[in-house]
Amino acid sequence: MATVTAESSTSKPFVRVPTRRNQLSDRAVMNLFIWPTLILLIIFNFFPLFYSLYLSFTSYRATSPTAPVWVGIQNYTNILTDPDLWQAFTTSGRYVLFSVALQTVVGFGLALLVRGKFRGSGVVTTLILIPMMLSPVVVGLFWKLIYNPSFGFFNYAIPFINPAALDMIGSRFADIPVQYLALASVILVDVWMWSPFVMLLVLSGLNAIPDYLYEAAAIDRASSWFQFWRITVPQVMPLLLIAVLFRTIEALKSFDLVMGMTGGGPGNQTELIAVYLFRVAFQGQFRSGYASALAYIILIIVIAISNLYIRYLNQAKGEA
Amino acid sequence: MATIELKQVEKRFGEAYAVKPLDLTIPDGEFIVLLGPSGCGKTTTLRMISGLETVTAGQILLNDKNVTWLHPSARDIAFVFQFYALYPHLSVRNNIAFPLQAQGEKKDVIDERIKQVVELLRIEHLLGSRPGSLSGGDKQRVALARALVRRPQAFLMDEPLGALDADLRETMRAEIRQLQLRLNATTVYVTHDQIEAMAMGDRIVVMSAAVVQQAGTPTEVYYNPANLFVAKFIGSPGMNLVQGAFADGAVRLPGDNQYLMPDGWKNSIARNENLIVGFRPESAHVNAEGALRGNVYASDMHGSYNMLHVNMQGDHVVHLRAERGTHYPIGANIRFDIDPEMVRFFNPQNEMALRKN
Repeated sequence: MATVTAESSTSKPFVRVPTRRNQLSDRAVMNLFIWPTLILLIIFNFFPLFYSLYLSFTSYRATSPTAPVWVGIQNYTNILTDPDLWQAFTTSGRYVLFSVALQTVVGFGLALLVRGKFRGSGVVTTLILIPMMLSPVVVGLFWKLIYNPSFGFFNYAIPFINPAALDMIGSRFADIPVQYLALASVILVDVWMWSPFVMLLVLSGLNAIPDYLYEAAAIDRASSWFQFWRITVPQVMPLLLIAVLFRTIEALKSFDLVMGMTGGGPGNQTELIAVYLFRVAFQGQFRSGYASALAYIILIIVIAISNLYIRYLNQAKGEA
Repeated sequence: MATIELKQVEKRFGEAYAVKPLDLTIPDGEFIVLLGPSGCGKTTTLRMISGLETVTAGQILLNDKNVTWLHPSARDIAFVFQFYALYPHLSVRNNIAFPLQAQGEKKDVIDERIKQVVELLRIEHLLGSRPGSLSGGDKQRVALARALVRRPQAFLMDEPLGALDADLRETMRAEIRQLQLRLNATTVYVTHDQIEAMAMGDRIVVMSAAVVQQAGTPTEVYYNPANLFVAKFIGSPGMNLVQGAFADGAVRLPGDNQYLMPDGWKNSIARNENLIVGFRPESAHVNAEGALRGNVYASDMHGSYNMLHVNMQGDHVVHLRAERGTHYPIGANIRFDIDPEMVRFFNPQNEMALRKN
């Protein structure tokens, strides 16, 4: 008995007794954090999500005073049989394929370059990251200036690298369009902007590879080439896949950069699916029901592609 | 298999020596153990032989060929790492196949060689699994298989059993020794565990503070340590070392003890010389007629024997091995003798062993 009282009296100074006045209960703190978030999510995410799902089955214009009219899957059938839209999908597909592929290669290369510690490697790495930190609209605007046919730096510099390129640029003035030139220009900017992102992820993957694996490989008489393909690539693969996944989703939704540069033109050459959607939803037409249906189709495509990547990712992780 | 020769090999980091100039010749088929406390330069030496570490000066010869500046991959030497260094993203089969694939061997050759080596190590059942799911012992077997499958000139092993628990260590010790004898493989084995070194080595190279203290067979190193460091480091507990002074044919030891100098030593020791008397716990015998006295400070039961800690005076505690049946109460005064064949003397100034003449 005596020992018990002694214990409780000694431990007393260390226990803070919570009082109503100066302290909230854990539950109150929890509610304070959860409810504002939840309310905002419901207003700005869940409601539009479900309302647009409903709208996608209706004929409705946000600018017209008439209520939405239920039309079933009419919007979806119209979309999937519209050749303009398939054109936009194809353009988006090209855009995603080339820009993600190039970003992966360039990003990996950059990561390998700055991986070794050299004087100022930290500064160089930070400098490389700058494009990724800029706003896409700003990037779009100044690349437009760089690309400007009469005073842009790009057209000025290109002939130094490839004299034959003069013809290519000249051909624009001659009204002979070079196929995919506009799309390629946008892809180039996207690669310029987002390769650093791939580099960043790959770099953290590279730094996580323990040195002893390379020592073991050197002992096992593996050439640098063999080491790269059998150790570096598989070890980096999970992070590389995450980078590719992020970039693919982003490229599929790509909107601001293209709007800033070309607005989808010339003609429909750079009209990505998101630009097309924007036009349908907000530019002149305001076909809200149709646009909602299109948005849902894009969502499903993005989810499907993501799932594919995630499956590979889990496989790669299982191996690592 | 191969002979390895180190000529005045040294490693410096700035002004600090990791390994002071070292000469060592390892004949074909020998199992040599580099033994020493951590930071003594044993692993650095091993890594220099492998080529993973460059030498600051000196030459390394492999089969009389100078390989000092060759890349590890050009030396044809296998290395077994302490923490296995298996490729985590590859299956056990592909881990073992790695060195062969790196050399562009044909698939049927690879399959055949893998088959042989997994049979030798009895790890057929592991081929499909990944290193992450294996136990420590199995990981080390796979690492050994990866080293063996290449049929290299020599094996270098850096504390390969260091990460295993005691039971398994003993089994693996025997397994590695077995393999080495069967293949007659020149092997350099690094460890800080003197029991492992004694059990496995044809020859032990004891290192401390970047310097080789002694190189010799386990028996030589155990019974005739070259200096105080080796005497203390080898054996558990190490050799008993007691301060004494030689006068009139006897050594005065702490606690008014007199130890009669055995024959054969008197000529090598000057009169009134201070010296250190060394003897192993098993070379001393408790004996009612014994010349030396002390009282029991502690007594540890070791199963097949008792280890007595006997205080001669002050802090001079020596260890004696006693019959397991007898009981010595703490504080009891006892007498003991030292086997005259087994006693050793050291010079306290330069810490070197004195030689009989």
